[in-house]
This record gives sequence, C-alpha cells and structure tokens, in this order.
Amino acid sequence: MQLELKNVSYTYGKGTVFEVNALSNIDLAIEEGQFIGIIGHTGSGKSTLIQHFNALMEPTEGKVLFEGEDIWGEKYDRRALRSKVGLVFQYPEHQLFETDVLTDVAFGPKNQGLSKEEAEARAREALVQVGFPEKFYGHSPFELSGGQKRRVAIAGVLAMNPKVLILDEPTAGLDPKGRDEILDQISYLHDQRGITIILVSHSMEDVARYADRLIVVNDGRIPYDGTPREVFAHYKELEKIGLAAPQITYIMHDLAAKGLPVDVQATTIEEAKKSILEALAGKGAKR
Amino acid sequence: MGIIKAVKLCFDYMKYGEDDSKIEKVRAIDDVTLDIKKGDFIAILGHNGSGKSTLAKHMNALLVPTEGTMWVDEIDTSGEEEIWKIRQKAGMVFQNPDNQIIGTVVEEDVGFGPENIGVPTDEIWSRVDDSLSRVGMLKHRKKSPNRLSGGQKQRVAIAGVIAMRPECIVMDEPTAMLDPTGRKDVLRTVHELNEKLGITVILITHYMEEVIGADHVFVMDSGHIVMQGTPREIFTEVDKLKKYRLDVPQVTELAYELRKSGIDIPAGILTREELVEALV
Ligand SMILES: Nc1ncnc2c1ncn2[C@@H]1O[C@H](COP(=O)(O)OP(=O)(O)OP(=O)(O)O)[C@@H](O)[C@H]1O
Ligand SMILES: Nc1ncnc2c1ncn2[C@@H]1O[C@H](COP(=O)(O)OP(=O)(O)O)[C@@H](O)[C@H]1O
Ligand SMILES: [Mg+2]
Ligand SMILES: [Mg+2]
Repeated sequence: MQLELKNVSYTYGKGTVFEVNALSNIDLAIEEGQFIGIIGHTGSGKSTLIQHFNALMEPTEGKVLFEGEDIWGEKYDRRALRSKVGLVFQYPEHQLFETDVLTDVAFGPKNQGLSKEEAEARAREALVQVGFPEKFYGHSPFELSGGQKRRVAIAGVLAMNPKVLILDEPTAGLDPKGRDEILDQISYLHDQRGITIILVSHSMEDVARYADRLIVVNDGRIPYDGTPREVFAHYKELEKIGLAAPQITYIMHDLAAKGLPVDVQATTIEEAKKSILEALAGKGAKR
Repeated sequence: MGIIKAVKLCFDYMKYGEDDSKIEKVRAIDDVTLDIKKGDFIAILGHNGSGKSTLAKHMNALLVPTEGTMWVDEIDTSGEEEIWKIRQKAGMVFQNPDNQIIGTVVEEDVGFGPENIGVPTDEIWSRVDDSLSRVGMLKHRKKSPNRLSGGQKQRVAIAGVIAMRPECIVMDEPTAMLDPTGRKDVLRTVHELNEKLGITVILITHYMEEVIGADHVFVMDSGHIVMQGTPREIFTEVDKLKKYRLDVPQVTELAYELRKSGIDIPAGILTREELVEALV
C-alpha cells in the first residue's frame, strides 16, 4: 500500500478553548496509481486530511504510513517525502515569490539538488504541461491574471516529478479550457507515468469525469468511499451535506421519472448520451 | 445613458524592466464600449487574462482608463473627487471569501462601510439588520466570520456591499471557491437582490451554468468584447465559444451531442426542464 492512514484524528488548538476536531478516527488506504477525488463542503476537513499525506501536519492521534513506513518515525526523512508526495495548495498563488515565472518554477527542482540548467529544463517542461504561454516566462508572478498564477503554481510542483500528486481545488478560477487542459494533463501524467493523483474539488462534474474513486469528507469523517457512480447514487444524502450530484445525473433522474428507461447512475455526458440514445432507440421514437 | 457606460475604454498595465527604467506596456483592455442598463443582470465571460477583472475594477474606480471614458451613474470615474461616491454606488465582491471580511463579528463587518461614510448609528443598525436578512445571514450576526463556511462568508461580503445602498454590485468570480451548496446560495441571493431591489448585477464567472439567468452576456478576449447577447444567443454558438476557451452548460452540451446523433430536438437548450420536455 502506498499511503495509509490508521485511526487518524486531528484537533486544531488542542488543549485551548478553541479546540476544533477537524479529523476523527480516519482509516484510509490508497494504492499506487489510483485517481482519487475528494469532495466535501467548505470546512469539512479536506485540506486538513491531505496535509497529513505529506507530513505537513502531524496527526494528534493515529499513524500515517508511506510505502509501509511510519512517516513520523524518528529517523524518517520527511523532506524527501515531500518531494515524492507533491502538494499543490488550495491558494497556490500565495506561494509564488521569485522575481520571474521561470525561476519560481525552477525553485523546487533546484532545491532537490539539480543544476541550474537541469532545473530550468524541468521548469520549462512543467510550464508547457500546464499550458502556460512562453511569452510570460520572464514576467513577475505578481503581474499575472488569477488563472495564469494558478498554472505557475501547479507547474512548480510538477517540476519536482512527484510519485503522488495532491491538488487542493486546483481548477478554482480557471477558464473552462484551462480547467480541461489541466485535468487532461493530470490524467495524462496518471496514465503515462502511473502517478497517484489525489484531487480535491468542488466540481462534481470534474471528479465524475476523471476519478476512479471518490472519497466524501463530512465533519472530519468519511461517510462514502467508492466509485463515482456508487457515491453519486446517494445524491439526496450528499445534498444534505453541502454537495450535489453532477448536473447530468439530475437530468437522468428527471428523464427516468418521465418514463424514459435511462441509466440514472450516469455521471458524465458520454454515459448519458449513450444511455439516452439506447432508451430512445428502444422506444422507437424521435429517431 | 445606462448605469455603467464605457466608451472606447483602454487600459495599460505598466511593466518595469530589469534595470528599473525600461517601461513596457501590457494592454489589458482594448477599445471596450458598453452601456449597461440599470436593473439588468449582466454576466461577463472570458478566458484567464482576457481582461475581466481589469474591466470590473474600472466599474468602481479602483482603476481609471488609460484612454477613453468610464461613467458610473453618469459620473466620469477619472475625476478624483468623486471616487467615494462611485465606490458607494458600485460595490465589489471578490473571489476569495477569506480576505474580504475585516470585522471580528459578522454584524460589525457589515456595518463597517456605512460607518466609514458617516451614516448615523441608528441608521447603520437598521441597514445591518436589513442587509443580513436579505442574504439570509441574520441568525449568524453575532458569529465570528472565521466560523462560517465559504458560501456564508461570501454572503456576508455581499451584505457589506448592500449596506452601502449601492446601485450596482460587481462580483468577480464570487463562487469560484465555494462548494455546490455555497454556490447555489450565493447565486440565489444575488438574483433576489436584482429582482427585489432592482440592484444592477455584474457577475464575472467561469461557471457557464451561472450565466443562464442573466439578461445579457458579454464575452471578452484579449481585452476586447468579442460576443454579446442573451444567454441563449451566446450558448447556441458552441464552436465559437470553444475557440474563446469557453464552454456551454452541461445540459446544452448534452443536447448538442444528442442533436448531432440525429435526435430531433431544438438548438440552444439551456435548462434541465427544456431538455426533458424536448425528449419525452
Ligand atoms: N497588476 C498587473 N500588472 C501587470 N499586468 C497585469 C496586472 N494584472 C493583470 N495584468 C495583465 O492584464 C491582462 C488582463 O488581466 P485580468 O486580471 O483583467 O484578466 P481576467 O480576465 O480577470 O483573468 P482571470 O480569469 O484569470 O481572473 C493579463 O494579460 C494580465 O497578465
Ligand atoms: N488553522 C486552523 N486553526 C483552527 N481551525 C482550523 C484551521 N484550519 C482549519 N480549521 C478548522 O478545521 C475544520 C476543517 O477545515 P479544512 O480542513 O480547512 O476544511 P476544507 O478544506 O474541507 O474546507 C474546519 O472546522 C475549520 O474551521
Ligand atoms: Mg480546503
Ligand atoms: Mg480575474
């Protein structure tokens, strides 16, 4: 098992009057090569959870294992872990600090001990992968639009060639094409290099389309964990905890209620199209 | 003249070269002319870097034109004296719910703006009550903002704007960081403000679904307005939108795909109800 959480709990402000239980007794096992979507309302504990995966947060209780080793063990090299388990933060643009884009992206690989040239080559590769226009490589990261900054921040983590890539709401604020480009790129890295992907997202449509496993976080616990089809079948319960099903799923339910025999668990446009065409052909109507 | 009017508006960001002297210009808005009718619900779409935020910042004089003119309720925004009047008329709500709330208690935050412009105390409190109830946050008035969800924080930010009794509210991706429920609540809130109080709404968003209820849509590309019309007119042009790095709502996309497969349904379907109606 690549990553494991064993009975992990986390409390902010432990021992003060401001105690917040952000995670409660989480057990979770993530296999190498999975594409995982994490959903949950704001404040449910998603960001707290994923920061446990690369030792940015130490559990108040319980254990975190990477490739079988306790990452809070005494001799464990947590710095090395953080370049194997790359985390793109929720507001990654706040982490940009270098004078120009290329130097900013090259910072990580340089820190890993690569030469300036190698680090820059990695940076260029990563910037191409996120679709960042070359004419802005020399610009200050502070003079970019919101979406441009986001791409730079993602490139900064990609440039370190991580084994596990965790992204905390990476597409918030990206234009539709940019969202597709980045998710397609992530999915490509997943397919080609077998990188484990953990994607936190508020877009039910995006997780339905890309993830093969969905983890729902609510109140610091995990009420649902399964394929998108399985999880979204509970859409009524999901609505009660700030979530929803993909828009497509609602259409399918409406159609089924009107008597068209369609697959109500369809979550993507492709699935819905196929199912509707079949249902209509079966009825011999509208063709 | 409408509530917001721009004629041949251009804006350049200045960039200083490495030796601190060479000045390079980035043209972010290029020859934009528009006239927004009071009471309209306007949506602005456009890819990252197309100039939406720059345009929005002209609507409350955070930026002033390099060339051309911008008027807010007939006041030219380039006159320094009028700046506070303009900001009172056109309030802004930004993307990140965490860095636009200043007060340590919700009601205090909402009262902050009116207090700043010298509204009498009684009047401040009645505005705070009214604004918080308009956004459905009255019962959270005594809470600390950092105990609220993202969607609730955004509604507090909106209440802060309404407490200034604005003509117009400009929202730059207010739902980008929210969960599905938060997004729905914020959107419902602004539609109500638009319908009940007649406040003009300018909504910038990357979520195509949020545009469906708008009266008029502008599409921006490299600082220009390249398309405009009703949501139905805009979303019928699937290929053109994709060229501008945009998309259509999922319902529209599904309908478009079904039509391509030979199913006899009308073009430009925008809502679930329309699609279901057309199919069964
Ligand atoms: N402070 C700044 N200094 C210099 N150039 C800037 C600055 N802010 C924005 N720009 C440039 O101006 C252009 C328009 O940016 P703007 O922020 O208005 O885009 P936007 O449409 O709001 O994009 P997004 O969808 O990413 O928020 C871009 O090319 C951007 O790089
Ligand atoms: N730095 C912090 N100090 C105290 N409480 C926090 C802190 N960060 C998060 N919390 C609390 O922990 C819980 C989970 O938050 P978070 O992991 O950020 O949720 P999500 O990422 O799902 O929005 C919430 O109740 C939040 O208010
Ligand atoms: Mg978070
Ligand atoms: Mg912007």
